[in-house]
Amino acid sequence: MSVNYGSKRVVVGAHYGLKDWLAQRVTAALMALFTLVLLLQIIFTSGDMGYDKWASIFNAEWMKTLTFTVILSLAYHAWVGMRDIWMDYIKPVGIRLLLQIFTLVWLVGCAGWAIQVLWRL
Amino acid sequence: MTETHKKRPEFRNINAFKDLTTYRLPLAGWVSILHRASGAMMFLLLPFIVWLFDTSLSSEISFTRFSSAFVVGIGFCPAWFVKLVVLALIWAYLHHLCAGVRHLYMDTHHAVSKEFGKSSAIVTLSISWILTIGLGAKLFGLY
Repeated sequence: MSVNYGSKRVVVGAHYGLKDWLAQRVTAALMALFTLVLLLQIIFTSGDMGYDKWASIFNAEWMKTLTFTVILSLAYHAWVGMRDIWMDYIKPVGIRLLLQIFTLVWLVGCAGWAIQVLWRL
Repeated sequence: MTETHKKRPEFRNINAFKDLTTYRLPLAGWVSILHRASGAMMFLLLPFIVWLFDTSLSSEISFTRFSSAFVVGIGFCPAWFVKLVVLALIWAYLHHLCAGVRHLYMDTHHAVSKEFGKSSAIVTLSISWILTIGLGAKLFGLY
């Protein structure tokens, strides 16, 4: 029979956690990039950072879209992190399920609130 | 034969207060557990973070409410407490970011030695604490 173990393992069927592991890395890189973009905009605004300058940063359509993407990335990133924490420390399944539900509601709520802030401007 | 053998020590439930406190965690271990703790802290304070985002952006009036939070406080919360919470968030974000970049570096480079674990942990802690102190000083009006 052909080699089907180790690196030649057929990865299909069971959930291996690879998607979430990779998603955490990708969303992390995206958020780090966003931090840099925002930081550069703040540093290179001349004068005092009052409401006008601050709101003008988030007025540009590209910035709104980028921030929207980052908010969604944050939600996924935080979900994977919190799910790992519950998985590591909470053994009773019922309590873990409750905490996971709470985490999802918390994250979706915060994401929704933040997104509508962007498009109210 | 079984009588002369010493009974193998069994380690059952580790008590967080009695056993965990006796372990010496290496620096890399501290970076790691603080990475998890900072993430959890930011998760719990996320509504506050979104509130800061909301009030600072919505309108001129809400912006004055945002800035006054750092001068007079929010409701029953005094301003110094608001600043302290924001400082904690600054530290949490910086530590999480630096430790995360360390993770990404380890993910993309095959061989990671124990010595690198210690040296990279020192770099992570140094960068995050220096930036935290710098930004904290600005936040508390020291410069």
